[in-house]
Parts: sequence; structure tokens; C-alpha cells
Amino acid sequence: MSEKKSKTPKKEVSFLNIDGTQYKTRLTGKFENRTVWDKPDDKKLLSFIPGTIIKVFVEKGQKVKKGEKVVILEAMKMQNKILISRDGVIKQVYVKEGQTLPKGGLILELK
Amino acid sequence: MPLKRKIKELHERREQVLKGGGDKAIEKQVAMGKLTARERIISLLDEDSFNEYDLFVEHEARDFDMDKKTLHGDGVIIGTGTIYGAPICVFAQDFTVAGGSLGLMHSRKITKIMDHALKMRVPLIGINDSGGARIQEGVNSLAGYGEIFFRNTLNSGVIPQLSVVLGPCAGGAVYSPALTDFVFVVDKISKMFITGPEVIKTVLGEEISMEDLGGARVHSEISGNAHFYAKSEQECFEQIKKLITFIPWNNTQKAKAFEPKEPNERFKIENIVPGDPTLPYDVRNVIRAIVDDSDFFEIQEFWATNIVIGFGRIGGPTIGFVANQPLVLAGVLDVDSSDKAARFIRFCDAFNIPLVTLVDLPGYLPGVDQEHAGVIRHGAKVLYAYSEATVPKITVILRKAYGGGYIAMNSRHLRADFVFSWPGAEIAVMGPEGAANIIFRREINAAEDPEKVRAQKVKEYKDKFANPYVAAAKGYVDSVIEPAETRTLLLHAIEVSDNKAVTGPKKKHGIPPF
Repeated sequence: MSEKKSKTPKKEVSFLNIDGTQYKTRLTGKFENRTVWDKPDDKKLLSFIPGTIIKVFVEKGQKVKKGEKVVILEAMKMQNKILISRDGVIKQVYVKEGQTLPKGGLILELK
Repeated sequence: MPLKRKIKELHERREQVLKGGGDKAIEKQVAMGKLTARERIISLLDEDSFNEYDLFVEHEARDFDMDKKTLHGDGVIIGTGTIYGAPICVFAQDFTVAGGSLGLMHSRKITKIMDHALKMRVPLIGINDSGGARIQEGVNSLAGYGEIFFRNTLNSGVIPQLSVVLGPCAGGAVYSPALTDFVFVVDKISKMFITGPEVIKTVLGEEISMEDLGGARVHSEISGNAHFYAKSEQECFEQIKKLITFIPWNNTQKAKAFEPKEPNERFKIENIVPGDPTLPYDVRNVIRAIVDDSDFFEIQEFWATNIVIGFGRIGGPTIGFVANQPLVLAGVLDVDSSDKAARFIRFCDAFNIPLVTLVDLPGYLPGVDQEHAGVIRHGAKVLYAYSEATVPKITVILRKAYGGGYIAMNSRHLRADFVFSWPGAEIAVMGPEGAANIIFRREINAAEDPEKVRAQKVKEYKDKFANPYVAAAKGYVDSVIEPAETRTLLLHAIEVSDNKAVTGPKKKHGIPPF
């Protein structure tokens, strides 16, 4: 395990604010490395599961309608038809056929 | 044939089987830094106490040329023995025989000793070291796992079940340890995961070693799947033996009491906790100042360290301690610390171990990640576990107890039997700063010098509410005590609670927020 990922309590003392009071305390690696929340952007289509793109149906500049099939993402031996959730014009397609994607990987973006 | 020759034959047969997977396989096991299955059992149990059964069991598989293969003991050793005189049922998978793979007969040996442990009401210790399912035996192998998991669940809360992971324990197999009460792991030897590095690489393209994915440190620090971490197998066995001294054989008994011993004078209880509630200290030293011989046996020492759990003794009998740890994250409750405490409370309740709760927390950890990870349902587990527990439940409020945290940490309202509070405790809806900001918001904002008024209002609130006497006036706190009196009062409280009997409404089982 690399040092950065280590989840042992840090020895140095920090502060934590709870209800307006600053407490002198140690922070854990898990706390310090927690995922910072971003407001989801509905113009970006992300993969909901890790897998492989086996088919891309759309290209840059193309108009798409809500519910239109844009890619097929194969994951866990299942071919998932990925549909677009709103009307729009494709700004960029970020995946190619055969490409593997992690969960939350960017597939395409609408203008 | 005369009996003498038959006895000779028995010796020869035994000798054959005791070789396990043979010299080459044993050499490999040793090269991995591991003891053999039989060595492990012998190191763990009292000297000469082990008796093995099912030595001559053989598999019946026919497919894939399995009929030509002899697998001694079918890759697992089962038997009975003692630890400090306590009867124990044990199984140990033998990695030298077909990689400790689990076939039908292998699983039948394990379930046989599990059934025996339940019938005899004695603790079960399982040593896992297996490559997984024996593929050649197909669905029979899966059936074997299922039969083990079922028994783990059946035995749960009746006899203590300990899992020792001393090698790979992957895929479905790892659910047996997960269903048991305590999981022991050893650095560089234990490997636990559901999907291994190869699958992850294929599916995700992420490369990770077994150690980084599911090694001993990972499960002791990050996942919380393991309860005890050791540097060596020998250290691990010492931990198991020590744990056995703290727990009863089954749910109808109490743990064996030891000779009472005074705590070490080094731990001066009145000097450990700073008066200022925003300053940290190590709550384990408060426990050490209370327990016999200052001997506190901590569980899950490296995971969710903002709460401390473990066993100690007060005047002889075993006590389960749950304590907020101001040293880490100010001692807040969060997703992981709630899980950690709740499971431990349920173990103590199932096995007649009184609970002592030491309270010093500012509340719950704020954050989007916490809310999205379900801190509501995880936090609810603590409320559920304390409310449900019928063992003696004693609370000592050391310093602060704010808001929902106050309620959750075994408050009177969850039927604590005794609630003591130190005189410096602040029992309130929230800390003085937060409360003053809300109650006096208008006055503070309208003031010429808001900071001055704020400070004044915080002080007013602090003087009036940040003490244990408001709660004591309502009987929520039974007694405000000096720190130095804590052990004496706990001794008394435990003594007078010895025959505690409460019965709730009849039900099949509750539905805890798993």
C-alpha cells in the first residue's frame, strides 16, 4: 500500500469543526481522502458500471432525442443499451469501440 | 490377522495421511512463510489436547480424472481440543492438499465439526487457507459452501465463532468468515476478496496486487472485515487464546471471571481528560485506569478509530467497552464507527457480557459523503443495538454528550441501567457555540459588536446548560461522580446487576437496519 492510500490515523494534530466548535483532533486517511461531491452534470453521460464499449451509434455534432440509443456497454457478460436522457446535440464522443471504462467513466457530452 | 498387525496397519495408514500433500507441497507452504494446517492447530491448542477426526475421509469425485487422485483428508483437518482448558472445536484447511480446495467431502468434514460445536455448545475456530471451490466437483462444491454458511448463521449467537484467515480466502468462500464473530488476519499471509486482481484487471483495466486489494492491512484498516491484525501466525494464535479467555463457551454461560486486580497506578484517571472539551486525549487510557491490571484487549484497533471497542475486566468478570475516541475525528459517530460499535454491542448482548459505555462526543460527522453513504441507517444500528441489549448496561459521561450522539451512546432513554456523569460533563443538544448562534442569532446580528455579544451569549449558555446537572435534575443521569470514584462505582454497578432479567414483547426477531 502506498503512503498516500494509508488509512492509519495521522499523527499530526488537526482541527475538525462540528456545529461551530473547533475540536483539536487527528484526522483519518479515510476522512481526508473522502470523495468531494460534485453536482451531477446532465449534459455528461457517464457509465453506470465498469465495462467495455462494444458499439457506438452516434458521432460529434449529431442531434439526439431523449431515449435514443447511443452506445452498447458490455459489463458482467451483459450488453447494456445506453440511452440518452435528454434531447441535444453531441459535443464530443469520448469512447471508441473496444474501449474499457471504469464506473463513472465519461462516454459523451452534449452541447 | 492378529490385532498387533492390524494396529501396525493403522499406524501405516495414519502416517500416510498425516503427510498431507507430501514433502514438495509442504516445502512450498513453508516457503510462503506459512505453517502447515496441523502445525497451526497444535500451536493454537493446549499441548497434547488435539484429537483429530475424519482422518480417513476420501472424496468420491469421478469426473476429470479425479478418481485417480488421492487427496489426504480431502484437504481439511477437523477435531477438538482445549485452549486454557476451554473446549474448542476446530477445522483447518490444508493448502498442501489440492490447494485446500473445497469439495463435497471437505465441506462435510467442516459441517460435521460445526454441528458438533453447536451440539456441545463450545466455541468454533475455523482456519481458512484455500484456493477456493474444487472446480472438478462442480455444483457439489457450491453446495458445500452453502451448507457452511447456513451453519455459521445457525450457530451465530449460540456459540462464539472465530475465523482465522491464513492464506487465500476468496470468492464465495470468504462469506464464512464474514458471518462469524471475529476474523483474525496476518500480515502478508491473509488474502480476502470477492473478485480477485485478475477479474478486476479484465473488467476494469485496473492493476492491483492481492496484498493491496485484500491483504491483512486492508481489512484491518479500510474495510473493517478483520478484527485482529498480527505480524506473524504465532502472534495471531496468542491473540486468539487471549480472546478465548474473555468470552464464554456459549450463550447460556458467562465468561469465566478472573482474580480481581487493581489497575496499574501509572494510569491516573483524574489526569487523563483535559477540562476543555475541544482538546483531545486517548480514551483507552481512561479504560486502562478502570480495568483490572490495566489490561484492555482492543478489537478493530486500526479501523474506525474514532470509536474504541474491546474487552477488559472489572473486579473479575469480562466487560465489553464502547468508548468515543476524542483523539481521532473528535470522537464523532459516523458510518464506520456506528457499524463497529453496533456489531460489538450485539456480540456482548448475545454472550452475557455487561457493557460499559464511555461517552465524550460532539455528535455525528457532517459531510455529503457521510449522508450519501447512509449515515442515517448506519447510525440507527447503534440505537437499535443498545435498545435491544438486555445485558447490564452502564454509561459514564466523561465530558461532552451532545444531541443525537448523547441519545445513541447508551443513554437512560435506551434503558441504560446506570448513568454516571463526571462533574465537567456537558450534556446538551449541541455545543455552546452552535447553540448560542441559533438561540441568540437576532441579538448577535443586531449588536454593534457581534463577536463580543456572541462570546457573552456562548458563556451564558455554557454556564447555564453545559453541565450534568440539568440532566441529573430530570433523573436522566443517576449520579454525578468524581473521576476517581469511577472504578468503585462500576464495580458496584456490575455486582448489583448480576441477576438482571428483562423480557420484551414476544417476536420472531427484530429487523435491525442492517
